Amino acid sequence: MKALRKLLDKQKPHFEKGGRFEKFHSAFDSVETLLFVPDKVTYSGSHIRDAIDMKRTMIVVFISLVPALLFGMWNIGNQHFLSLGQVPELWTAFFYGFLKMLPIIIVSYVVGLGIEIIFAQIKGHEVNEGFFVSGLLIPMIVPPETPLWQVAIAVAFAVVFGKEVFGGTGMNIVNPALTARAFLFFAYPADMSGDKVWIADKLDAYSGATPLGNALVGNFDQIPSTYDMFMGFIPGSNGETSVLMILIGAAILLATGIGNWRIMLSVVVGGIVMALLFNWWGANKYMELPFYNHLIMGGFAFGAVFMATDPVTATQTKKGMYIYGFLIGAIAILIRVFNPAYPEGVMLSILLMNVFAPLIDHYVIESNIKKRLKRIKVLVSN
Amino acid sequence: MSTNYLINKGLDIKLLGDSEKNIVDYSAKRFAVKPTDFIGVFPKMMVAEGDLVQVGTPLFYDKNRTNIIFTSPVSGKVEALKRGAKRRLLEVIIQSDDKFDAVQFAPQKVDGMSREAIIETMLQSGIWPMLRQRPYSVIANPAETPKAIYIPAFDTSPLAPDFDLVVQGKGDEFQTGLDVLKKLTNGPVHLNVDAKNTTSKVFLNSKNVQINKFSGPHPTGNVSVQASKISPINKGELIWYLYPQDVITIGNFFLTGKVDFTRIIALAGSEVLKPRYYKTVLGACIKRMVDGNLTKGNNRTISGNVLTGEKIEMDGFVGFYDSMVTVIPEGNEAEFFGWLLPGFNKFSFSKTFLSWMFPNRKYRLNTNLHGGHRSLVMTGKYEQVFPFDIYPMALLKAIMVEDIDAMENLGIYEIDAEDFALCEVIDTSKTEMQSIVRKGLELMRKEMS
Repeated sequence: MKALRKLLDKQKPHFEKGGRFEKFHSAFDSVETLLFVPDKVTYSGSHIRDAIDMKRTMIVVFISLVPALLFGMWNIGNQHFLSLGQVPELWTAFFYGFLKMLPIIIVSYVVGLGIEIIFAQIKGHEVNEGFFVSGLLIPMIVPPETPLWQVAIAVAFAVVFGKEVFGGTGMNIVNPALTARAFLFFAYPADMSGDKVWIADKLDAYSGATPLGNALVGNFDQIPSTYDMFMGFIPGSNGETSVLMILIGAAILLATGIGNWRIMLSVVVGGIVMALLFNWWGANKYMELPFYNHLIMGGFAFGAVFMATDPVTATQTKKGMYIYGFLIGAIAILIRVFNPAYPEGVMLSILLMNVFAPLIDHYVIESNIKKRLKRIKVLVSN
Repeated sequence: MSTNYLINKGLDIKLLGDSEKNIVDYSAKRFAVKPTDFIGVFPKMMVAEGDLVQVGTPLFYDKNRTNIIFTSPVSGKVEALKRGAKRRLLEVIIQSDDKFDAVQFAPQKVDGMSREAIIETMLQSGIWPMLRQRPYSVIANPAETPKAIYIPAFDTSPLAPDFDLVVQGKGDEFQTGLDVLKKLTNGPVHLNVDAKNTTSKVFLNSKNVQINKFSGPHPTGNVSVQASKISPINKGELIWYLYPQDVITIGNFFLTGKVDFTRIIALAGSEVLKPRYYKTVLGACIKRMVDGNLTKGNNRTISGNVLTGEKIEMDGFVGFYDSMVTVIPEGNEAEFFGWLLPGFNKFSFSKTFLSWMFPNRKYRLNTNLHGGHRSLVMTGKYEQVFPFDIYPMALLKAIMVEDIDAMENLGIYEIDAEDFALCEVIDTSKTEMQSIVRKGLELMRKEMS
């Protein structure tokens, strides 16, 4: 440890301004701060500071994703062998999925972090940890059969146009991970929909449709049981099938205070209200789908827990959070049931509300301002 | 009659090194008045190095408001005028002759005095600067009348001195001080006490004031928090505020006609071997207080508390408005994978470190920043330690872009930099919020004058 510190201290001057490797300062800095929390002390304001920093925040989110990630790997293998008519051992299935998903994760991180480091170097700030989480989120929300080059392009698009053009993590308007997913969806629709992509390397004869895919075309009898959908024994994107695992992640986020319960709750409430409304209307079979099935199908749970709660792109006021979450839930179900082009509405509804979040906040804050102005008016009239 | 106010939001940071409740006499050799303690004051010297001064002899005045003068807290010789970058005057250092000869004013009966006469005497004696105003935290303007005067009789900041102890046996002086203050405003004088911990009769038996009882975590003791509950400061309004020891100084002056800048200072912090209270005089040099009384190692001495205090040298001086000195370890050591460890002994408002399992633990916190500066990312956290009907993040951003209208609309008049101290502590992105808010307030002050 001390030897490592010495090594870093010895190499540091080369990466400083005027050093031999000046151009790699950001890369060096990100490695150094990863290994050691910097020795910087407070110089103005409060003399003591909370131990939490962006790295700690992101590692907590990362950890909360792990259950869903591991389950996802197993499920990729499981679905593959099932499609071949075999029932695999636990580790066989896991290992198959692991090897399937690892390249996607590596591509995602290499491309994303590479771009982040270049931007940090150009702009002269430290590498932000935001992509630490985005880089894992993206592999989890794409289908197992996504070609690696498409992953690379989507990640590059998301990091550059979803984030860096606005000024990096903290300044972005839409969620970068969802930007990548939306990019794939609209740029390569042929590869991203239908029922071929959801199960890795399946037999052609085997139907690989997701529950949402089945629902869209009216095959309601082929929708898996509620238990299977809750546990996640279904085809789908890599890491989003198991509601149980996502709930474990949600518990970690809520217990540590990193995730926002207001948003999670109101997304679920929004979804339930909309689904119940459809149940009551009951114009077609899709509308009659029980509300709890909506919550465990597709990306609803994953979106509510990991995507809608992104603190940068969500609303920032308490009241705003309720409105924002509710609308995400409601619009997601609305798109699902009404729009024949998109089987899943969660991605689009979150992106849409990301764009509207500042507006919602604006009106919430405006009401606070009005209250203040009213106080002055009362004062003047007295 | 007293009203109870309950405040839920906030955070008590529990630190090691609380002062023992006994007061020892402390005689320093050197004292200083620091013009930098007074926001917006541009000092013009009235004495030179080597001049002899008494307690109450004018040292300098404010170029912008010439009737506000600053006087010597001790008798002796002006030792040095310490200047910093661009010849900015930092300290007027006085060597004490230990005699405390004071300029004699005539003792006066407060009852018969007019408001103007009171103000005039306070200005001349140099006790006026104890009165500050909100917004902006500058010294009160004698030409204006505040809507109320606030006296916080308790302090909720980490390791804060116990004001009950500090005012012990000073009932008459305190009451006279209150009577003086009552004449300065048409509105009420608010004496704000802690609902549970304030037991001193000096406070609870005060007359001529409105006693308000507060309970809640820090920043409940802050003036702005109290004002926001009692009657928020609107645009164009102002309040004055001061602390119990200042009230005693004012009362004593009107009773005796002599300025007595005696102060009781708490020495606290994890690195202090014997944390306790010292009876001394305003602006005392802390050298003899800390010599041999600190742990070995690299320490930071702070005049004031760890949230809002000023870093001073080991032979530095206590600030004009401070009643405590805190010593904590410096944190300039890199920590191996510090962000990844379970963190049983790490202080955090979040529950991301396992230390949350020990809510009553007292911490030995150092000055490490614990991370690098980032853009504001985590949202919805600041509100939990910010007990105002204000959106802290929105206000902060308005200040950053210097949008005067937005700052005003979002409530900048109701707060001060110190109210953002807790937000700054818990901030994930390590933003220097207090200095941002201070800049915003200064911008508003210049814009409005």
